[in-house]
Amino acid sequence: MQDAPLIAYAHVGKSFDGGRGAGRVVAVDDVSLQVAEGEFLAIVGGSGSGKTTLLRLTNRLIEADSGRITIEGADVRAVDPVQLRRRIGYVFQSGGLFPHLSVADNIGITPKLLGTLAIEISARVDELLDLVRLDRAQHRDRLPEALSGGQRQRVGVARALAAKPRIVLMDEPFGALDPLTRDALGDDYRALHNKLKLTTVMITHDMTEAILLADRVVVMRGGRLLAEGTPPELSASHDPYVGELLRTPRRQAERLGALLPRGGAA
Amino acid sequence: MSLFSDPRWSEALAHLPDYLGNHVRVSVAALALGLAVSLPLAIAARNRRVLRGALLSLASVVQTVPGLALLALFYPLLLALAALTLSWFGFGFSAFGFLPAVLALALYSMLPVLRNTITGLDGVEPAILEAAKGVGMTPRQSLFTVELPLALPVMMAGIRTAAVWVIGTATLSTPIGQTSLGNYIFAGLQTQNWVFVLFGCLAAATLALAVDQLLALVENGLRQRNRLRAMLGGAGIAALVAVTLVPSMARSSSNTIVGAKTFTEQYVLSALIAQRLRAAGLSASSREGLGSNVIFEALKSNDIDVYVDYSGTLWVNQFHRGDSRPREKLLDELKVVLAKQDITLLGELGFENAYALVMPKKRAEALGIRTIADLAAHAPTMSLAADYEFFSRPEWASLQKAYGLSFHAQRQMQPDFMYAAVASGEVDVIAGYTSDGLIAKYDLVVLEDSGHAIPPYDAIVLLSPRRAGDQALQAAIKPLLGKIDIADMREANLRAAGGDGASSPDAVARWLWEKIGKR
Repeated sequence: MQDAPLIAYAHVGKSFDGGRGAGRVVAVDDVSLQVAEGEFLAIVGGSGSGKTTLLRLTNRLIEADSGRITIEGADVRAVDPVQLRRRIGYVFQSGGLFPHLSVADNIGITPKLLGTLAIEISARVDELLDLVRLDRAQHRDRLPEALSGGQRQRVGVARALAAKPRIVLMDEPFGALDPLTRDALGDDYRALHNKLKLTTVMITHDMTEAILLADRVVVMRGGRLLAEGTPPELSASHDPYVGELLRTPRRQAERLGALLPRGGAA
Repeated sequence: MSLFSDPRWSEALAHLPDYLGNHVRVSVAALALGLAVSLPLAIAARNRRVLRGALLSLASVVQTVPGLALLALFYPLLLALAALTLSWFGFGFSAFGFLPAVLALALYSMLPVLRNTITGLDGVEPAILEAAKGVGMTPRQSLFTVELPLALPVMMAGIRTAAVWVIGTATLSTPIGQTSLGNYIFAGLQTQNWVFVLFGCLAAATLALAVDQLLALVENGLRQRNRLRAMLGGAGIAALVAVTLVPSMARSSSNTIVGAKTFTEQYVLSALIAQRLRAAGLSASSREGLGSNVIFEALKSNDIDVYVDYSGTLWVNQFHRGDSRPREKLLDELKVVLAKQDITLLGELGFENAYALVMPKKRAEALGIRTIADLAAHAPTMSLAADYEFFSRPEWASLQKAYGLSFHAQRQMQPDFMYAAVASGEVDVIAGYTSDGLIAKYDLVVLEDSGHAIPPYDAIVLLSPRRAGDQALQAAIKPLLGKIDIADMREANLRAAGGDGASSPDAVARWLWEKIGKR
């Protein structure tokens, strides 16, 4: 990596109170990781691996106990957390949309908090609806409850992009969707990532999705980094857990290759 | 057929604009104050466990205090406070009527609002809270743009409960001088006018129901994010408040307010005085159902202008005198002490309404009881019933002391029911009133107080300091002075207890004027 990384985690640690006599539970244990500008990084792990905690530490939804997180070389703790979060796009699991606000109001919320003029927000909302491929007239004034799961997540992506962030954090964004919607949404987002020159950190429990979308994949387990690298680099890993994670996509690829000889699946 | 042809229905209806308007005014003010206090408290308590526990238990405790007691407590509290501000800062305020009613009702409204606001805010999903934080909201922005709007339907349900409670409990603010729909109920109970009781209950219930349904419309509109529906409900509430308030706002300030205590005779006499004032071209309204202490303080502070009291009551209650005096002497002395408080004793009406021990004539004769001294020997095997204040009054202490009276049992009763109770043998003796028409009706006898343990109780007309020099007012009342003898008053009281169309205080007062006006 020739350039200075956009996001850098150095020996980051975080533990939680485990409740009644359970002592402290270590969620993230001495993690060091760098994300380059323009990179699409996927963090893969099961539940309890610490991947969500690591993501939430990035925009200070929670605070690290130890270590240092820097964005563009500046320690995140030196920045007002509210300002920090407005600068970073965040896509929540199953949308996290405000149920009482229309699609347009949900998308425009961060620009509104930043004091952008209403007329500019309105234009920006239209632009974003086009970008995430939702019909302006049809969806603009709807409430989230009137949308399908995939549409909700498209709105979630549009909301994260509304204030033109350079960095987007995604918390299992496509996990709750059916496979077809999930594929379409993943591909659409990857195209946006390229087009808008974003830097994306996405967490997922699905190795197939990580390999298909990301430039580089990090595997976490028990709060620690287990392996990191591009998909081919990861494939060479001797770690048994990484091997286990890779078995499913490999078998899928082989079986689909056999069943659909002329297709380029997987 | 005859149920609604009773003239008391139309009489009740005539009072409706005044009673309903005042009822709505006190309810709206109380609810507004309750909300203004509860909402910020609930928001502050949301994340503070100790404050939250303390608030909710305090509000729950307030809820367990009976509404009538809570209202009654605020009156002396404010009276003391008004005296303090007067001596410290040079200004006082009226502790009568509106203010204590609003404060007590506001306190009463707090529990449902507090509880539902806290519950509503707690009910916002953690994922939504995280999203609010994640898009860059400050805690304040999160509260106002996300949490409160999402909690609103639950909060509205609490406000709805509070509104219904306040409207219901406001009927109890009559005894502390706040006119309300409770005036029908209290007056009806005292004068056995069941039409009034029924009318008051129906009116209060209808008002509560209407407000409840309109607020339900708002609540459902909010819940279903149907703005039209919520706005329709809001407009309905606004219209209801406006329609009921406007007539009561239009009342003139030169109004003379006639007070009445809690029993039949007082309703008749206040109606009689109000009729005389109107006949003389003055405007008059009544404030009925006031307690003995409340009514005197209200007169002293010009909250009411005129009422009828009894010499012995003032002597004992207001001036705490244990010694008795002959009739005329007591009146003269009373005049002097009242003048020191700028209260005018205009004159006596002509009859006495004293406490007296009363029992069935036949039983008294059979036992050979003629005086209270005779009764003393039988008392240990007998029971005595009296009104709610008698046993804590000095007359009772004085009777016990003079005759060594000690009864087997003592009971407190609604005055209008105790005559029937003694006639039927449910109790043996009652502490009745000498002017009560029921004494003759039930064939009862007044036992002679040969030891003069009970002071004289001449009915006297008192004027507030503000009206001391009001010649027109005094001229209108003077024709009543010295004209009402005990037989007239007994008959009037009996008529008022009649329970038919001719028994309303207004009708009886007209009858009484017919009778005495010719003299």
